[in-house]
Amino acid sequence: MFDQQATQDLLDELAKSLDQWLTKKSLAGFEIIGIRSGGVWVAQALMERLNINQALGELDISFYRDDFNRKGLNDSISPTSLPFNTESKHLILVDDVLMSGRSVRAAMNELFDFGRPASITLVTLIDLGRRELPIAPQITGAMVTLADNERVKLIGPDNLEVSLYS
Amino acid sequence: MSQSTQLTDTGQLKHFLSIDGLSKALLTEILDTAESFIEVGERKIRKVPLLRGKTVVNLFFEASTRTRSTFELAAKRLSADVLNLNISTSATSKGESLSDTLLNLEAMASDMFIVRHSQSGAPHFIAESVTPGVGIINAGDGWHAHPTQAMLDMLTIRQNKGTFDGLRVAIIGDIMHSRVARSQIQALNTLGASEVRIIAPSTLLPPEVESLGVNVYHQLHSGLNDIDVVIMLRLQRERMQGALLPSEQEYFQQYGLTQEALANAKPDAIVMHPGPINRGVEIESAVADGTQSVILDQVTNGIAVRMAVMSMAMSGQTQERNALTQGA
Amino acid sequence: MSIEILNGHFLNESGAWKAFKRIEIHNDLIAHIDPSSAKTCQHSIDATGLYLSPSLTDLNVALCEPGYAAKGSIYTETHAAAAAGVTTVCCTPETDPVNDSEAVCSFIERAIQQAGTIEVLPLGALTQGLEGERLAEYAELKKAGCVALSSGMTPFKNLSTAKRCFDYAKTFDMSVFIHPMEPSLYEGSAHSGRISTKTGLKGISHLAESIATAQLIMLARESGVHLHLAQLSCKESVALVKRAKDEGANITADVAVANLLYTHEKIVSYNSLYHCLPPLRSETDRLALIEGLRNGVIDAITSAHRPHEAAAKKAPFAQTAPGMSTIEHLIPAARQLQAQGELALNDFLKAMTQGPAKVLNRKATSIVEGNAANLCLFNPDQTYKVSAHTMLSEGKNSPLLGQEIKGKVVSTIYKGRLVYQTRD
Repeated sequence: MFDQQATQDLLDELAKSLDQWLTKKSLAGFEIIGIRSGGVWVAQALMERLNINQALGELDISFYRDDFNRKGLNDSISPTSLPFNTESKHLILVDDVLMSGRSVRAAMNELFDFGRPASITLVTLIDLGRRELPIAPQITGAMVTLADNERVKLIGPDNLEVSLYS
Repeated sequence: MSQSTQLTDTGQLKHFLSIDGLSKALLTEILDTAESFIEVGERKIRKVPLLRGKTVVNLFFEASTRTRSTFELAAKRLSADVLNLNISTSATSKGESLSDTLLNLEAMASDMFIVRHSQSGAPHFIAESVTPGVGIINAGDGWHAHPTQAMLDMLTIRQNKGTFDGLRVAIIGDIMHSRVARSQIQALNTLGASEVRIIAPSTLLPPEVESLGVNVYHQLHSGLNDIDVVIMLRLQRERMQGALLPSEQEYFQQYGLTQEALANAKPDAIVMHPGPINRGVEIESAVADGTQSVILDQVTNGIAVRMAVMSMAMSGQTQERNALTQGA
Repeated sequence: MSIEILNGHFLNESGAWKAFKRIEIHNDLIAHIDPSSAKTCQHSIDATGLYLSPSLTDLNVALCEPGYAAKGSIYTETHAAAAAGVTTVCCTPETDPVNDSEAVCSFIERAIQQAGTIEVLPLGALTQGLEGERLAEYAELKKAGCVALSSGMTPFKNLSTAKRCFDYAKTFDMSVFIHPMEPSLYEGSAHSGRISTKTGLKGISHLAESIATAQLIMLARESGVHLHLAQLSCKESVALVKRAKDEGANITADVAVANLLYTHEKIVSYNSLYHCLPPLRSETDRLALIEGLRNGVIDAITSAHRPHEAAAKKAPFAQTAPGMSTIEHLIPAARQLQAQGELALNDFLKAMTQGPAKVLNRKATSIVEGNAANLCLFNPDQTYKVSAHTMLSEGKNSPLLGQEIKGKVVSTIYKGRLVYQTRD
């Protein structure tokens, strides 16, 4: 879909958009949280480009997914780690691929169990459309249309690449 | 045995009855999942919605405050509704058979039973009698197994020692009547501990105990040589029928973990105890409260491990139900 | 009644299977074997491919009447026995009330008459209420029809009681059938060993039986009574019996079929259908019991048939009633032991015909002209599936349920009467 070079270029674009947004909003302070695992890699890439040197939060949404009754637990679960207080903070929530919106719904539910944030800004590298819930990102890297049976996935953590599979 | 009762066709946990029959990979998965749940207990809102709307029934045929309350807390942190039934005080003491008690409970549409029973094999019997779809977690059956206790002990060991490879573990005390010891031995051997030793007088050892995969020692000091993890068992006075030991004093003299005895183990050895502790009988206060003791860690880990096991079993039950409806 | 049996093989007196064209039964006797001229018979059985053996005698069966109607009755269980090729059954005194008096024994005798199938020889209780303390009325029991005295699965309170029972039994020339039990050690639901350790079940050490075996042998030899040791389960007991027999003691012994087929491995998953007393022990024990049969140390095999209602087996293992419903699967058991190369079919049959006859001090029936027509006709190769509806016993507590087994009794004849005929 996007080879390694194209992915890096896309990340550059995304970083620029995020930078513009942050400038426009002039937030007093913010915390960055990536949704595991792809969202974390994207967040790390963004922080590197924008020279942001603060702790990155890593959110594992396994316990908040809405398909537990249909599919059971994920195969790989790791602990959520938010090394900062989220109460009354502005949060930048980063994901790699946004489609139905359910992952973001789960992420938001989990974030609210940590405290009441001042705001949540959603950043996504790829937006596939095809929403099933009223979720909208404020900052998007690229909009992509796929055939019904196709999916995309961010491969990482090194040599990030957006790959297509069906 | 436990393979077909505890696992779905795809090898996922659907009941948690005993460590026996579970692979190293599955035990490791339980430990890893538990690690994630530890973090939940440190949040502002100590809940995740995984078991929201599910009913978990604590079916305790033997009195227990500690184990029951940790299961209750674990279930509530998973957002489940919890029902506590102390059967020792109600139905079966009036003569109702276990089978009938179960039928009545099933009519209340429960999703999971946490069972503690004085008879070995009771949870297996229950798992085979209930309608499919209800998960059974063994909270201790007779002398046979206490798998959640063993897993929280394993988690504590992993947190302190990093790995099971090369580890020498000594379990001291009343092995014969100990369901905790049997489960710990199975878990340690499956997870790859280098050696499991048991230290006890002959009267407290079950027949052919070596067949469990342990080395037997009768002397505390030589048994503790080179040991990385010391697990003390409670001297279960209420389980002893008849002449197994002359007195608590003699037991403490020979098998009580004093600082002097502990000095035989490795200097960085950790001391564990499933609780409750009999100070001055199996362990000296100085050791129980000392720097090498990780007894309090065991308590915290208890909730996380139980959350892990309950979610995994609920997940397995879901998978199985889906597989059946899809196949139909 | 006259029956002709055609074209099979019969077990002759020297223990060989001999082909026959025609065997005629008139009234209650074997009238002719391959006669030169055939007489017409009312009933004809085609025995092509079938084996005709003397019918079996089972020394230890629970008939559940009086007192245990939920488990079975003399009617149902004697019919089950007939379907197994068994025409003589010794029923245990463990009824409710216990068969320790003439009154209870007469009740049982009446029920036997009413059931009207096979021969039932009641065993009277050795002590009142089988409490192991006071003598029962042996003379009265003998008069009422008891063929011997038994302690069932209960121990003596102490050795002096045992000694008195033996002396008193000797007075009336009665044998004593005892499963050896040392009460202070005989507690638990499984064999004490690797499996009881693993499953956390309380184990019964062999010592609970072997120590009592040694004691009872010494007491019996002193008193001169005929001691029949029932349901031996461990190699130590077998060794003790061998030594005593070598020294000329008047003792006999039997073994339950379950202990020949299964070991304690069967209970590792808490399957209550394998919960038995005496317990299923180790493979070494099982092999020693088979060896004991082969060399005559053990004289007889018994089904130790114990029917139970479903609820009695539906509970955590140790809380279930011990005992298996075994009587209908004796021939299949024989075939299995033969297939495993462990016991010849003829040795199994001998242990259920000649062996029990010796224990009961009766003449063994054999297939000879002029002898009583007590016969079992079976198909050694027919396979069938064990199911609750085809079992005649009220007790469906058999671990063979749902399994395909090989060996089927086709007809059973008692005193010249057809008491069982298979439907398939």
